[in-house]
Amino acid sequence: MKKFTQLFVELDRTNKTNEKVEALRAYFAEAEAADAAWAFYFLSGRKPRQIVPAAKLRAWAIEQAGIPEWLYQESRDTVGDSAETIALLLPETDTDFGTPLHILVERDLLPLRGSGDEIQHDAVVEAWSRMDRSQRFVYNKLITGAFRVGVSQQLVMRSLSQLTGVPVDVLAHRAMGEWEPTPQFFGGLIAEHDADEETPIARPYPFHLAHPYEDEIAELGDIAEWQAEWKWDGIRAQIIKRGGEVFIWSRGEDLITERFPEIAEAAAGLPDGTVLDGEILPWAEDRVLPFTELQKRIGRKNLTPKILRDVPVILQAYDVIEQAGADIREAAFATRRSHLETILGGLDHQAIRPTKPIADKSWKALSQTREQSRELGVEGFMLKRLDSPYRTGRHRGDWWKWKIAPMTIDAVLTYAQKGSGKRANLFTDYTFGVWRDGELVTFAKAYSGLTDVEIRKVDKFVRANTLETFGPVRMVKPQLVFEIAFENIQRSARHKSGVAVRFPRIIRQRTDKKIEDADSLSAIHEMLDALQGARDG
Amino acid sequence: MKTAVSQKSLSAGEWPLRYNENMDRKSLVKLTSKGLYCAQGGFYIDPWKPVTRAVVTHAHADHAYRGNGSYLVAKKSEHLCRVRLGDEAKIETVPYGKTLTIDGVKVSMHPAGHVLGSAQVRVEYKGESWCVSGDYKLTPDPTCTPFEPVKAQNFITEATFGLPIYKWRSMDAVFGEVNDWWRQNRERGKASVIFAYSLGKSQRILKSIDPSIGPIFTHGAVERLNEAFRASGVELPATTYVGSVEDKKLFTGSLIVAPPSAQASTWLRRFGPQSTAFASGWMTVRGARRQRAVDRGFVLSDHADWPELMTAINSANAERVYVTHGFSDEVTRYLNEQGIAAEKLTTKFVGDDAPEADDGNIAI
Repeated sequence: MKKFTQLFVELDRTNKTNEKVEALRAYFAEAEAADAAWAFYFLSGRKPRQIVPAAKLRAWAIEQAGIPEWLYQESRDTVGDSAETIALLLPETDTDFGTPLHILVERDLLPLRGSGDEIQHDAVVEAWSRMDRSQRFVYNKLITGAFRVGVSQQLVMRSLSQLTGVPVDVLAHRAMGEWEPTPQFFGGLIAEHDADEETPIARPYPFHLAHPYEDEIAELGDIAEWQAEWKWDGIRAQIIKRGGEVFIWSRGEDLITERFPEIAEAAAGLPDGTVLDGEILPWAEDRVLPFTELQKRIGRKNLTPKILRDVPVILQAYDVIEQAGADIREAAFATRRSHLETILGGLDHQAIRPTKPIADKSWKALSQTREQSRELGVEGFMLKRLDSPYRTGRHRGDWWKWKIAPMTIDAVLTYAQKGSGKRANLFTDYTFGVWRDGELVTFAKAYSGLTDVEIRKVDKFVRANTLETFGPVRMVKPQLVFEIAFENIQRSARHKSGVAVRFPRIIRQRTDKKIEDADSLSAIHEMLDALQGARDG
Repeated sequence: MKTAVSQKSLSAGEWPLRYNENMDRKSLVKLTSKGLYCAQGGFYIDPWKPVTRAVVTHAHADHAYRGNGSYLVAKKSEHLCRVRLGDEAKIETVPYGKTLTIDGVKVSMHPAGHVLGSAQVRVEYKGESWCVSGDYKLTPDPTCTPFEPVKAQNFITEATFGLPIYKWRSMDAVFGEVNDWWRQNRERGKASVIFAYSLGKSQRILKSIDPSIGPIFTHGAVERLNEAFRASGVELPATTYVGSVEDKKLFTGSLIVAPPSAQASTWLRRFGPQSTAFASGWMTVRGARRQRAVDRGFVLSDHADWPELMTAINSANAERVYVTHGFSDEVTRYLNEQGIAAEKLTTKFVGDDAPEADDGNIAI
């Protein structure tokens, strides 16, 4: 725990990649395999099922700090993180907590899950009393959830790769899917060769991710070297059929097989030793439904016949990365694509279908075709180099997202709230209004798009121009106008404005505009009508 | 957004300056659009608009504005105020603890422990007493006279760090970290650049670090104030103005003290390989450290932390506490719940509500 906390402090302290990798390398070089396994588990963003509910930790911290609950809440809003708030509020100690990480987790923490209140309370309070601030913070994070300390999984892999000589891609693949953080697992992770036993049949591959393309499209060279296909807006998923079983993984490495029985059923017909990459989409009458329809299914534990009927799903498959039990990620995309068509040609099930390549022979023609994106309900094109391998993670050059320009409107800042994490104690979460009958009606909330310098300016404005405070929310004097971009727009009974927009974000502040110049709700309804007209027409 | 708010219609109205109910026309000190005003004595305390007579608690930019007819400051603040207010300013001084009578009002200045020469201003007239404490801290600071509790019926307090998450560690612990950081950078052939408010914080760092580690260089804004500190009798280790250095190799392994505004500038390039740090009470919170994008954040403030605020307020033993800049809503509510009559006072003492509080203004 001491060394792990020290690692956390060092990672947290620097914003230089090399220093982070060096700190990780030094930690893993010295750590016992049992500790290293847990460190790897937490650093790569995994978390055990909730050990103690966050609300209890909060209550005990309030009790130990001897402060009223509202003051805890104010502190939390300023710090932007509960684990850290608790660490800061507890009475100071100068003790040193020496228990090794794996013993702390396995002996002290995991058994607390499901224990009685009193046992949990005493164990946590006792542990707090033996820790300094940083240790408490780490301890609270281990209990409450994702341990993000500004290290990506990529950095952890890179440090382990430097230490062991095992390539990053191999490490990334071995760390996919479900595993237990045991010394055996860690040993296997960093072993020179894969163990003799078969790899777990459910293990997915790391996803290949694309960058947005923002330059002149002709600069991509000869269009004959590329395949274009529509860019669907759904859930990225990997479909695995091995040993007679089907596994569906989301990009966040959640096993979602049971959420999508239609696709699982279709996948059962795939040959054993097949892994597909594609997008799960809500689909009816041969067109994609709005993403919000899919959200109705995601949040639901119990899939009723009604929801299955109302929101049917399909998989638009665009790649095959394992065929006949062989990893074919190194094969050219064109080759994998023809395998995909062969495999799906033999599958008589509408729930899995290959994406359709666009046949345009020039960038100009492709640009024109792209104009149909909005009416088709897609975000633009995916462009994939025909000779490219299936890579690990985000790479530039082989796969591009070539999106259509977003819709934009000018709206007025009306409410602001403090952000979390890096944005703690800064007003970064904004609500925007548009005009209706001389009043500003809330139209969207946006959290991103401004630079740090711009955020500071808006933060200053919010503090100096607060009209009223509702808990953490400030109502501000309507004065600042922003250009807001969004991807799609839909009618919504739940929203006061009657519309809901997808991915709203701030493009820029319109210092040239007065609040009277901001858009009106009717302008947004006109956009919506035009969009629907195009779809229906 | 985590909390639903009721949608209200908004219109572009002016935000009125709020006046305090308990500071009625009869009150000895009241809030006006120019600042805190003592009508009986005909003077303002830390006014933010030009007035004839200003009593100033300390030399920081949001308390000592240029353009007033005359200034009364604590004796030890004289050199700093001269730098801040210019050669033309009419500055009178009074030693700590000495009582002046201005139009029947007893006026005295008492150490606030914030920066060199900082004072709490106590005024009394016909049995009514006020203490305007300005900015203050209780933590020891080798560059200024320690805070002294002042008894008054009405106590005006700051609340810059008015949340219980702000609890300063011992200065030995903090400067131990600063020294270790500098030493380690020096071993690695790097310069150590520390950003700190140029008036007060910079000199506190200079006075507290171990000067035997290596040479120390300063930004012009800091060096100018170093001179004023030395002229006031505060001994500081030898420092060299960065601009006077020809040979850039001299910066390797050195400590450079600069105001926060220098962080985003090309000015930093001359130092070659470097590690950066920011010294501020805001560095308590990880998010604030990450926003700064420096390698290290040292928790070092010239303001009172939560326990110090409570100590100062309790020892003032006031009938009523007025809470200004910072977490004033929170401190006001907490005091009232503790049975101490308190209310918020909306002043224009800037910066303290924002994370830039400690930066102050380097345009001196």
